[in-house]
Amino acid sequence: MRIVVCIKQVPDAKDVRLDPVTNTLSREGVKSVINPYDRHAMEEGVRLKELYGGTVTVVSMGPPQAQAILREAISCGVDDAILVSDRAFAGADTLATTYTLSQAIKKTGEVDLVLCGKQATDGDTAQVGPGLAVRLGMPYVTCVKKITGVKGQVLSVERMMDDGYDEVEVDLPALLTVVKEINVPRFPSIRGLRKAKAFDIPSYTAADIDADPDQLGLGGSPTWVVKVFPPEAKGDRTMLEGSLDEIVEKLAEILSDSAHGA
Amino acid sequence: MLIIDTEACIGCGLCEDNCPFDAIHVEDGKAVVNDSCTLCGTCVDHCEVEALSIARDEKEGIDLAAWSGIWVYAEYRNGKVAQVTNELLGVGTDLAAQRGVELAAVLLCGEAGDIPQQLIAAGAHKVYVVEDPALTNFTDDSYGNAMEDLANKYKPEVILAGATAIGRSFIPRVATSLKTGLTADCTDLAIGEDGHLHQTRPAFGGNIMATIMCPKHRPQMSTVRPMVMKANIPDANRQGEVISEAIAPERLKSRARVVRSVLSEGEQLNLSEADVVVSGGRGLDNPEGFKLVEELASLLDGAVGATRAAVDSGWIGYPHQVGQTGKTVASKLYVACGISGAIQHVIGMKSSETIVAINRDPKAAIFDVADYGVVGDLFEILPRVIEKLKERRS
Ligand SMILES: Cc1cc2nc3c(=O)[nH]c(=O)nc-3n(C[C@H](O)[C@H](O)[C@H](O)COP(=O)(O)OP(=O)(O)OC[C@H]3O[C@@H](n4cnc5c(N)ncnc54)[C@H](O)[C@@H]3O)c2cc1C
Ligand SMILES: Nc1ncnc2c1ncn2[C@@H]1O[C@H](COP(=O)(O)O)[C@@H](O)[C@H]1O
Repeated sequence: MRIVVCIKQVPDAKDVRLDPVTNTLSREGVKSVINPYDRHAMEEGVRLKELYGGTVTVVSMGPPQAQAILREAISCGVDDAILVSDRAFAGADTLATTYTLSQAIKKTGEVDLVLCGKQATDGDTAQVGPGLAVRLGMPYVTCVKKITGVKGQVLSVERMMDDGYDEVEVDLPALLTVVKEINVPRFPSIRGLRKAKAFDIPSYTAADIDADPDQLGLGGSPTWVVKVFPPEAKGDRTMLEGSLDEIVEKLAEILSDSAHGA
Repeated sequence: MLIIDTEACIGCGLCEDNCPFDAIHVEDGKAVVNDSCTLCGTCVDHCEVEALSIARDEKEGIDLAAWSGIWVYAEYRNGKVAQVTNELLGVGTDLAAQRGVELAAVLLCGEAGDIPQQLIAAGAHKVYVVEDPALTNFTDDSYGNAMEDLANKYKPEVILAGATAIGRSFIPRVATSLKTGLTADCTDLAIGEDGHLHQTRPAFGGNIMATIMCPKHRPQMSTVRPMVMKANIPDANRQGEVISEAIAPERLKSRARVVRSVLSEGEQLNLSEADVVVSGGRGLDNPEGFKLVEELASLLDGAVGATRAAVDSGWIGYPHQVGQTGKTVASKLYVACGISGAIQHVIGMKSSETIVAINRDPKAAIFDVADYGVVGDLFEILPRVIEKLKERRS
C-alpha cells in the first residue's frame, strides 16, 4: 500500500497570544510544530505500513522552514518526505491549497491512501481533506476514529458523527481525515533520528508540479480576508468587591438566583 | 498585491505595528511586505500618508447576476431536523430580505414526510426535496453530488450549512466541485453594502476575528456554528412551495457505504441544552481542583464544561469542551472558574444570559464578557461558595 500523509506546520496553540496593546498576534517565542491532528495521521500511516507493507510519504506545502516538520516525520518512521514550496503558493485559501497539494501528490505517482488531519489548528477549517479528495478523484471519509480492516480494495473505518459514530466501508484509493482518538503517536526512534538527520528533502516548485499559475496562492483563492479585528468586549460587568465573606455571600446569591430562574 | 509607494512612505512603522500577520516591516526607512500578507487591508487603514494600496488581479470573474437566492442545507438525520437548520433559516430570512431574493431549504433524504412543511414554518419560501433510498444514510458522494447538481441547476448566490459533522464533511466537497470559496465555522453573516456576503469567524489561531468575502465566485458558501444564529419562531401558517427534484441514479452511487450507525449513549451529555453550565479551566490546577467545579455544578443542577486546556490536561473528557472546537452553549447561567477567556473558548459561551467569572488575574479577558466578576483565588472562594449554597439548600 502506498500511503501519502499531508502535514502542516502550525504555530503552537499554547503560545499564541493577542497583544492587548497593539491587538496583533504576538509571535515572540511562538514555536512552530506539526499540526497535532497530523501527528495522528502520520502514526496511522506508519501503522498500516507495518501491518500491510508499503511505504509512507509525507507532503507539506509551506515555506522552507516547514522542512523541520518533514524531518521530524522521518524520525517517527515515515519513509519519504516532500516539501512543496514556492512564493507563488503564498496566501492560498483552501481551494488553492487543495489544488497545489493534489498536483504535488499526483507528481509522486499512484497512491492507495491519503491521510490528513481532521483540521489544522491555525485555521480550523477542516476543508483541505475533503477538497483534496475531490481534486484527486477519490472518495473520502472525515473524522475517522478507527480503521477496522482492509479487505482487498475496501477499507473499513469508523467515523465520528455528532450523535455517535458510523461504520463505513470505502473503496480504495481513498482519503481519510483522522481525529485524535485514532491512535497514540510514537516518539522518534534513535534510528529514525539518524535517518532524519541525513535525509535530503526534495522541494517541489510550481513548475515542478505543472501548476496552472492562475490557481495558486492569493490569486487562485476565491475567498478574500477583507477585515481583521479584535473581538468586542461586553463592557458593563459588575465586579464583586469586599471581604472574602462578603464576596462569597454575594456570589452565592447571584448563582442561586440566576440558576433557579429568579 | 500590496503596493507600497516608496516615495510617500515615511517609514513610521504604523503598518508593522498593526499587521496581524507579521507581513510588513520597515527596512531601511521603507515598508517591505513579505509572503505572509493576506491583503486584509489593516495596514492600508492605518497608513497616515496613504503610501499603501491593494491591487487585485482583475481576472475575468463569473457572471454574478446569474446567481440569485439564499439556500440553506436542511440537515436531517435519524428522523430529526438539526436545530442549526432552523437557525440558518433565521439568519437566511434576514439575508434574503436584504438581497430581495428567495430563501430556499434543500432537503436530501430517504423519505421526507412532513419535514418540508416544518422547514416552511421555520422560514423557507421554497423547499427543494430530493427523496431517494440512496440518501437514507449520509455519504459524502451522494449528498455532495446531489447538492452540486441542484446548485448548478438553480444557481443560488449563497449556500449555508451547519458546521456539524455532516455539514463540515460534505460541504467542502461541494465548494471544491463548484470551484468556489467556502468559509468554515462562521459566527456572523451579513450582506455588505457591496451586496456580497460578509462572513466573520475567529481565525488564525489567535484572539482575532476575520471577515471573509468571496467577491468573484458564486455561490458564496459558509458553514455556520450551531447555537449562534437566532431561529424564527415557527409559524404553521407560513406559505411556501415544495419542489420535488430527482437526481440521476449514477450521481447517487457512493464509493463509501454506511454499514451501521451507532448512536452514543452514556456520553449523552446535553451541554448545549443545559440551563446552567459551570466550567473550569487550567486555573483549577489539577483533577482534585476540578472536582470543585463538578460539585458546584451539581449544587446548581447544572452541567460541567471545560476549556481545551482542562480537557488536554485530562481532568475531564472532550464532550465537556466548550468553544470553537467543542460545544457551543447558550445557558441561563455560565460560571467560568479559572478560565482566561481566550476567544476560542469565549465564542462557545458568550451568548449565555448571565456570565459569572472567577479569576485571580484582574486583567483576564474573561472579565470582558462577564456580567459578574470576582477577582480572587478559586481555592479560597469555591469551597466557601459551595458551603453557602449547601446551607441555602437545607
Ligand atoms: C484553533 C484553536 C481552537 C481552540 N479551541 C478551543 C476550544 O474549543 N475551547 C477552549 O476552551 N479552548 C480552545 N482553544 C485554546 C484556547 O486558545 C486557550 O488556550 C484555552 O481556552 C485556555 O484555557 P484556560 O483558560 O483553561 O487556561 P489558561 O489560559 O492557562 O488560563 C487559566 C486562568 O486561570 C487563572 N487562575 C490560575 N490559578 C487560579 C486560581 N488559583 N484562582 C483563580 N484563577 C486562577 C489564571 O489567571 C488564568 O487566567 C483553541 C485554540 C486554538 C488555537
Ligand atoms: N499546507 C498544507 N500542507 C500539507 N497538508 C495540509 C496543508 N494544509 C492543510 N493540510 C492538511 O489538511 C488537514 C486539514 O487542514 P485545514 O483544512 O486547514 O483545517 C490538515 O490536518 C493537513 O493534513
